[in-house]
Amino acid sequence: MLKQIWEITLMNLRNLGSRLGSSSVIVVGIAGVVGVLVGLLSMASGFSAALQSTSKPDRALIIRDGSNGEMSSYISTQDLNIISRMEGINASSGEVFVVADVPKKSTGTPANLVVRGVQQSAFGIRPELHIVEGRNFATGVGELIAGYKASLEFSGLEIGKKIQFRDSAWTVVGIFESDGNAYESEVWADLPVVQTAFRRDGAMNTIRVILDDPSLANVIQQRIQDDPRLDLKLVTEDEFYKAQSQQRADLINTFGVSIGVIMAIGAVFAALNTMYSAVSVRTVEIATLRALGFGGFPVVVSVMIEALVLASIGGLLGGGLVYLIFDGYTASTLNTGASFSQVVFDFAVTPELLRLGITWALLLGLIGGLFPAIHAARMPITVALRGD
Amino acid sequence: MSEIVNCRDLEKTFIKGKETVEVLTGINLTVDEGDFLALMGPSGSGKTTLLNLIGGLDHPTAGIVSVSGIDLNGLSSSALARWRAVNVGFIFQFYNLLPVLNAQRNVELPLLLTKLSRSQRTKNAATALEIVGLSDRAKHKPGELSGGQQQRVAIARALVADPALLLCDEPTGDLDRGTADEILELLELLNRDHGKTIIIVTHDPKAANHAQRTLYMDKGKLVEEATA
Ligand SMILES: Nc1ncnc2c1ncn2[C@@H]1O[C@H](COP(=O)(O)OP(=O)(O)OP(=O)(O)O)[C@@H](O)[C@H]1O
Ligand SMILES: [Mg+2]
Repeated sequence: MLKQIWEITLMNLRNLGSRLGSSSVIVVGIAGVVGVLVGLLSMASGFSAALQSTSKPDRALIIRDGSNGEMSSYISTQDLNIISRMEGINASSGEVFVVADVPKKSTGTPANLVVRGVQQSAFGIRPELHIVEGRNFATGVGELIAGYKASLEFSGLEIGKKIQFRDSAWTVVGIFESDGNAYESEVWADLPVVQTAFRRDGAMNTIRVILDDPSLANVIQQRIQDDPRLDLKLVTEDEFYKAQSQQRADLINTFGVSIGVIMAIGAVFAALNTMYSAVSVRTVEIATLRALGFGGFPVVVSVMIEALVLASIGGLLGGGLVYLIFDGYTASTLNTGASFSQVVFDFAVTPELLRLGITWALLLGLIGGLFPAIHAARMPITVALRGD
Repeated sequence: MSEIVNCRDLEKTFIKGKETVEVLTGINLTVDEGDFLALMGPSGSGKTTLLNLIGGLDHPTAGIVSVSGIDLNGLSSSALARWRAVNVGFIFQFYNLLPVLNAQRNVELPLLLTKLSRSQRTKNAATALEIVGLSDRAKHKPGELSGGQQQRVAIARALVADPALLLCDEPTGDLDRGTADEILELLELLNRDHGKTIIIVTHDPKAANHAQRTLYMDKGKLVEEATA
């Protein structure tokens, strides 16, 4: 039986060459499905990765109770004083989080660039952040440092350049990296200077804190709630970035899968069509084999194997192309969540996504091959031998 | 001589939509071992249908087909497939070789269904090609062979598993006179020297001359018998 399957399959596969045109319909159709699916999902996974890699377990944000993002939150100097002295808080940085309109390099049209005003303690709180070019900004002056991804996306963010926003001039003095996380899409400057430029004297948006221990989050949250002077809440970075990315990632995922399903339906028909014609071209051959005593089952299996081979070539092609084109490809998106800012992220064509793509391809091949195979095996030999 | 094929009250009807077509109506036929029988008759008279029933490619609507004492009705389709592999060799008008395989591999095909080792298969296929006089074309693909040569390869394929019965459906229908005669002589040789029982369906009266016996069919019946 295995010998029969093997021989017939081998024969079919050798035949592929002479049916290059129709065989490539399957390959291209399935490559398209897998390409689109993996491409869109890699966008979602890249987006999630960019935001979630920002978080550290012992870091948290203090924001106004009832707000759900950095931009909509309000913190007073008094709040900062109380929080920074609170038991269990290891370090804190009051921060202003605002956006400025800066032209994008690609289109020349202005887009929202996050400007973060920070205290010097902010750098101790975020050890992943390194200046890779130039130097840090000096306090009390209009200097800023730009995240690496922001410097790629926005024009004018080069060392030595002066950049104008909110009626004030800023000098770019450094470029920083931050393990590829969301900060790389921002520019940073000294807190009081930003407060003045954006007319927010004495006001901040958030306090970034390091906890003595990650397990203290609930205790400190309780402490904040019990303090009548404070109308704030503590959100761990894990929670915060998960919430930020989840909605967007879900949207892209749903979109990706829906498009994938629609294309898959098309590809199944393409596969069915190809395999039906592959089988009908060989109606007489298959009937001859069966007349000689070959079984129907090996015929079914060999047709299926042929479909699966074509489908997996398609899957590898689609996945491979997406990998080559998109993996590490940097894109940006307008985060329509609580903060209206650009998040720049890399498409992440992960091994899991490629596996998913191949699984889809095989599934499509299976469906595309099954019916023609059964059709071929069930056709009466005498009818098939007539060849009409 | 003992009988190898025995058909009793054989009927075959096809249902085409609402129509039923009675193709064979009450066929009684005995073929002895070592016989060379020609079946003639007008197109549509049911010759191929009868041959297919004898070869176990289809089941009759009524009646009995037994070959070498085995009632084919009693076999499931997979048992029938195994039976065909051992007991009959088919030769078709258009040769029905597999275009991607060379002559040697085409001839070997039926042996894939046996327990023979690879080297034994190669050897038997070579022997069969030798019998049909095509040893020098073993590595050629069907497309590189003439019609007569292709039919020889097909005959070698029908022979290779050494079945007692060869069923040929218009084996010379697609060949010129000279080539047809060579093929018919080859079949005669297989009948005479190798003891094969042969049933050949043909439109060619000259082909029938090579047979020991000719039967005529008309409208699903055997009508008259002439002995050569
Ligand atoms: N599977 C089928 N379904 C319906 N009708 C069929 C089927 N097979 C054969 N027939 C009909 O049965 C009749 C006899 O067919 P068959 O092929 O046996 O004729 P034949 O004597 O071999 O003719 P020819 O000399 O043209 O080959 C024809 O009318 C044909 O249309
Ligand atoms: Mg016929």
